[in-house]
Amino acid sequence: MEQQLPVFIVGAPLLFSVIVPILGRKWRLSAFVIAVGTVAVSAVASALSLERVLRDGTFRYYLGGWEPPVGIEWVIDEVSAVVSLVVTSVSLLVVISTRRWAEREAGDRPGIFYGLVLLLLAGLTGIVITGDLFNLFVFLEIASLAAYGLVFIGGRRAMLAGFRYLIIGSIGGAFYLLGVGFIYFATGTLNMIEARQLLEEAESVRAVQVGAVFIFTGLGLKMALVPMHLWLPDAYEHAPSSVNSLIAPVMTKVAAYAMLRMFLSVFPAGYLSGTVPIADALLILGLVGIVFGSVAAAGQTDIRRMLAYSSISQLAFIAVGIGLGTPLALAAALLHVVNHAAMKATLFLATASVRFRVGLQRTHNLAGLGPRMPLTMGAFAVGSVAMVGIPPTAGFFSKWYMVQAGVAEGQWVVVAVVLLSSLLTAVYLFKVLEQVYLRPAKPEPSAHHNDEHDSPADSAVQPAEQEAMRPVVERAREAPLDVWLPIVLLGAATVVLGVLNVVIMEHVLLPGVEVS
Amino acid sequence: MIDEVAARFPYWATAVLIVVGLYGMIGKRSLVKQVIGLSIFQSAIILFFVSGSLLEGATLPILYSVHGVAEHVDPDDYVNPLPHVLMLTAIVVGVAITGVALSFLVSIYREFGTLDEREMLDEMRK
Repeated sequence: MEQQLPVFIVGAPLLFSVIVPILGRKWRLSAFVIAVGTVAVSAVASALSLERVLRDGTFRYYLGGWEPPVGIEWVIDEVSAVVSLVVTSVSLLVVISTRRWAEREAGDRPGIFYGLVLLLLAGLTGIVITGDLFNLFVFLEIASLAAYGLVFIGGRRAMLAGFRYLIIGSIGGAFYLLGVGFIYFATGTLNMIEARQLLEEAESVRAVQVGAVFIFTGLGLKMALVPMHLWLPDAYEHAPSSVNSLIAPVMTKVAAYAMLRMFLSVFPAGYLSGTVPIADALLILGLVGIVFGSVAAAGQTDIRRMLAYSSISQLAFIAVGIGLGTPLALAAALLHVVNHAAMKATLFLATASVRFRVGLQRTHNLAGLGPRMPLTMGAFAVGSVAMVGIPPTAGFFSKWYMVQAGVAEGQWVVVAVVLLSSLLTAVYLFKVLEQVYLRPAKPEPSAHHNDEHDSPADSAVQPAEQEAMRPVVERAREAPLDVWLPIVLLGAATVVLGVLNVVIMEHVLLPGVEVS
Repeated sequence: MIDEVAARFPYWATAVLIVVGLYGMIGKRSLVKQVIGLSIFQSAIILFFVSGSLLEGATLPILYSVHGVAEHVDPDDYVNPLPHVLMLTAIVVGVAITGVALSFLVSIYREFGTLDEREMLDEMRK
C-alpha cells in the first residue's frame, strides 16, 4: 500500500477528472463534493509520501513495474514531496473557498469546471513527481491545457487572454520538447538521473547546450520569466476569480519547480556556465524581473492585475535563486515556492471574496472595508505583510536565506535587489492596506473613474461599482464561513511557515537539494 | 553551401519550419493563422525527432529469430523506434492543443463576430 502512494497523488485527480463531468451533468452538487474528496486524497497521499521520505529517504515508483531505462519512473524525494503537498493542500483550500463563486462563474456546467480543476491538478502533481523528461512534457501539456480552458471561461475579455495564453504556452511546451530531443540524441536516455550520469561522463557537447537553451526558454515561457511574461497579466486579470486564485499560487510555481529540477537532477553544473551561461542569464533576468514586476505592480489600479505583476516579480525571485545555484540559494528558492503559494493564495482569495461580496476590485475603492470584513481583510493584511517580508511571516525567511546565499557568493547586486524588492512590494501592498484600514469609507463615488481608459472593468461589475459606491461599502458584511475559513487558514499558514522555517530548511529542503 | 544544406537537410527543414511557425503565431493578426502557425511549429519538432532516429541501411525494430532463439542482435541493424513512439504521443498532445484552440476560435467568433485580433481589441474598447 505504502509503495503505491505516488499513484494516488497523480492518479486520483486524473481518474476523477473524467468521472466528475459525467456525474456533474445529473447531480450538480456531486461535482464539487467529488472534486474536494479527490483533492483531499491527493493531499493526504502527498503528506504520507513526505512522511515516508523523511523516514526512509528517496523512493521510486516504477509505472507498470517496468524499471528504467525501459520504463518511466516517478521519484519522490524531499523536494518533490514538499512541493506536491503544497500544491495539493493549497488547491484543496482554494477549491473549498471558491465554491460559491465557481457556481456563478462556471454557469450551468459545474461538472466540466471541476473536471478541468482536477485535470490541472493531475498535471501539476505529475510534473512534480516525475523522473522522466518526456513524461514531464506530457504532464506539462496536460496542466497547461486545463489552465487554458479555465482561463477562457472568464467571459468576453478572458477569451482573447486565454487564446494568447494557449499560443504562448504551447510555444513554451514545444521548445521544451525540442530541448529534450537534443538531450535524448546526445545521451540515448530520457530518465533524468541516467541522463545526468551520462552527461557528466561526456565532455561538454555543444548539442546538449543548445538543448539546454531550448529547455530553459520553454520553461521560462511557462513560468513567465521576464521578457516572456506578456501573457500573464491579462490571463490573471480576466480569468474567473475562482480560477486565478487557483492558477496564480500553483501553476507558474510548478513551472519554476520544473526549471529547478533541471538544475538539480538533469544538467551537471559545468553545462550551465561558461560558453552558454544559462545560470547567469537566469540570474540577470531574475534581477530585472524582480524590479520590473514590482514597479509595474505599483502602477496598477485593479487588484488582480497588481497581484499578477507581483507574481512576475516573485517568480523572478525564484529564478534568482536558481541562477545563483548554490545549495542554500536553491533551498531558498524552494522555500519561496512554498511560501509564495500560501501568500498568493491568501491574497487572491481575499480579493475574490471582496469582489463577490462587495463588487469592488479597484484599489482606491476599498476605503473603509477593513472593519466591515475583518476576517477576510485581516488575512489579506497578513498575506501582504508576508509578501513584503516582515518577520515572523514566511516571506521574510526566504528573502533572508536568499540574502545569505548572495553574500556567500559575493553577489552584492542580489542582496541589494532583494532588499529593494521588499521596499517596492511595501509600496504597492501598503497602498491597499492604507485604503482598507486607515481611510474612512468615501461618502461619494470616486471621481477617478474616468481615468481608467486602459482597462475598463468587466461589464458585470463596473455599473454596480459606479452607481452605488457608498451603500456598497457600508452594506459590506463578512463572507460566509466556508469562504473565510480557508482564507484565514492560508493566512495563518504564512505565519506558521515562517515560524517553522528552520525545521523546513534544515530537515527537508537542504537535504533534498544536497542529495540530488 | 548547397552540399552542406543537402547533407543535413532535415535539420535545415526543421529550422525553417520553426521560424515559419513562429512568424505565423507572432506576426499574424488572424487567430486562425496563429493556430496554423502553431501546427507548423509542432510539425517541425516531429520532423526533428523522426529524422534524428534515421539510420541508413537499417531495418525495422523487430527481433528476427530462428526457432525461438534470437541470433545476432546488433543495435546498428535497427532503426531506433523510441523517437517514433515519443512523436506519436507528441502528435496526440498537438491534436489536443489544436482542438482546444479551434474550439476557442468557435466561441470567440460567436462572441465577437470576427477572428481578427485587431478588430477584437477595437470591439473591446467600445
